[in-house]
Amino acid sequence: MSLSEEGNLPSISDSVTTSANSMKAEVFSSSASVAEMEAIAKRLRRHIITMTGKAGSGHPGGSLSAVEILTALYFGVLRHKPSDPQWADRDRFILSKGHAAPLLYATLAECGYFPVDELLTLRQMDSRLQGHTDRTVTPGVEMSAGALGQGLSFAIGVALAGQLNSQDYRVYVLLGDGECDEGQVWEGAMAAAHFKVDNLVAIVDNNGQQIDGWNRDVMNLDPFPGKWQAFGWHVIEVDGHNLAQLTEAFDQAKPVKGQPTVIIAHTIKGKGVSFMENNPDFHGKAPNAEEVKIALKELE
Amino acid sequence: MRETYGKTLVELGRENQDIVVLDADLSRSTMTKIFAREFPERFFDCGIAEQNMVSIAAGLAASGKLPFASTFAVFAPGRCFDQIRMSIAQPGLNVKLVTSHGGISVGEDGTSHHSIEDLALIGSLPGFTVIVPADAIETAQAVRMAAASYGPFYIRLCRPKVPPVYTESYRFNLGKAVTMRQGRDVTVIAIGLMVAAALEAAKNLGREGIDCRVLNMSTLKPIDEAAITQAAAETGAIITAEEHLEHGGLGSIVAQVLARHQPVPMEFVAIKDTYARSGKPAELLQRHGLTAKDIEQGVRSAIARK
Repeated sequence: MSLSEEGNLPSISDSVTTSANSMKAEVFSSSASVAEMEAIAKRLRRHIITMTGKAGSGHPGGSLSAVEILTALYFGVLRHKPSDPQWADRDRFILSKGHAAPLLYATLAECGYFPVDELLTLRQMDSRLQGHTDRTVTPGVEMSAGALGQGLSFAIGVALAGQLNSQDYRVYVLLGDGECDEGQVWEGAMAAAHFKVDNLVAIVDNNGQQIDGWNRDVMNLDPFPGKWQAFGWHVIEVDGHNLAQLTEAFDQAKPVKGQPTVIIAHTIKGKGVSFMENNPDFHGKAPNAEEVKIALKELE
Repeated sequence: MRETYGKTLVELGRENQDIVVLDADLSRSTMTKIFAREFPERFFDCGIAEQNMVSIAAGLAASGKLPFASTFAVFAPGRCFDQIRMSIAQPGLNVKLVTSHGGISVGEDGTSHHSIEDLALIGSLPGFTVIVPADAIETAQAVRMAAASYGPFYIRLCRPKVPPVYTESYRFNLGKAVTMRQGRDVTVIAIGLMVAAALEAAKNLGREGIDCRVLNMSTLKPIDEAAITQAAAETGAIITAEEHLEHGGLGSIVAQVLARHQPVPMEFVAIKDTYARSGKPAELLQRHGLTAKDIEQGVRSAIARK
């Protein structure tokens, strides 16, 4: 039985009228209140469940953990134009943990980059919504990701280009904590401080888990904030599900000069769905039809 | 070649403000230091971190810059293949990888610095243009061509000074083989420093009464299928000559074209399934069968099979 037959589609269509239409073709900039953002975050979670459930595969766990991070960015921080994804002066958001593609797609759709209904094409043949992000097909996607560890370096290049061109855009890159096992992340961390790319903010979705289990058991990253500090970064730690804290952290990062900023966002993998929370099984497994039903009920 | 690369970068840098250059702590060898001296604000030494360098270059290209990234051929693509694949090739970004120290003519540094697999690796990536210039004059032209053409490019240079095979009036034509010498009996298709060796071999073979055509296939990808097919049809035998493993380089690509369009006897002058060790460049080229004499032997074998 497809999800549309279960009657879940109307809730997706509702969100088109409530969010995208009201802000279509406008430059988004610090427009939403915390209460509005909370409502958006809930819709994003519903999209993630619905999309991955329909696709029958995907990565719900690490998408759900970063919902508030993207909500705060896209509805409170980023200067961007959904009607003109290539706008030269846009702030850039780069998803380095490319497996959180369902979250990015849901966010872009809620902003109006493409129709919300298109979310149900996730992972299908000829869909613009690839299993991992592909910058050549999806409006608003800055980087082709999925091979972990490359996004920070890519973001440094984007940030350096902004400095060379005297453009005032800012660059935000979202990493997974497990992703920080990759050596390239620390090559990038060293280079960002060395090149003083202060128009760059990295956010780590610090949900504590990776495919094989807890980070501390698979490959211990501690002392995690200390590592970033030692590499020359301005470090801010927040509750990654607290929209007010996240928004404040992004504000705090703006005046930091001469060094990059990392926001370590403490999160819960699978956040918002009881049986997915802190459950590594849902890193790369989609909910089945029954689980979708239960999850969506929890997210009403 | 390397000196020419550095000087050409400076000329391009003066013409185009968007040109930026990256290196991975080898700017004194790749000669990007010449650009760094002239345009320090547009030069990024990424340290010994090739993966990072490649993805930074991709980010710069995605933001409208025209990055040239350089290191030794053994380290890019060898050290950062996945970064080249996902940061550059998949999105088709406008990054120019120009590597030096291709092949075994690197010499004394030994196996770790010999690049004998790079053309197979980079040639496997969809959308990459791959160029192996034969001398300094062609290097300058190829670098200029890369700057003027959108998309991912790989240009492989070698360490030793190579004898010029062209005069200053030469104009590089992307994707076109250059007939260096006409001939009716057999065709040698060569790249890089093997082009000079092929011309020497052709001269020697002439004394034996063998009329040998020589093609410089400096654009390895996209390959000039028409020139290969025509050479096979007109001369009836093909020898390829390259400073690379036999598998996955020029020989493999040419064999594929011949199998499809014009099967003829073929011989491969290339490194057999092994690694080279330390030695002087000339000694290594001799040990691994990459001299004019080896090409001559290949020609005789191929002709015998006609």
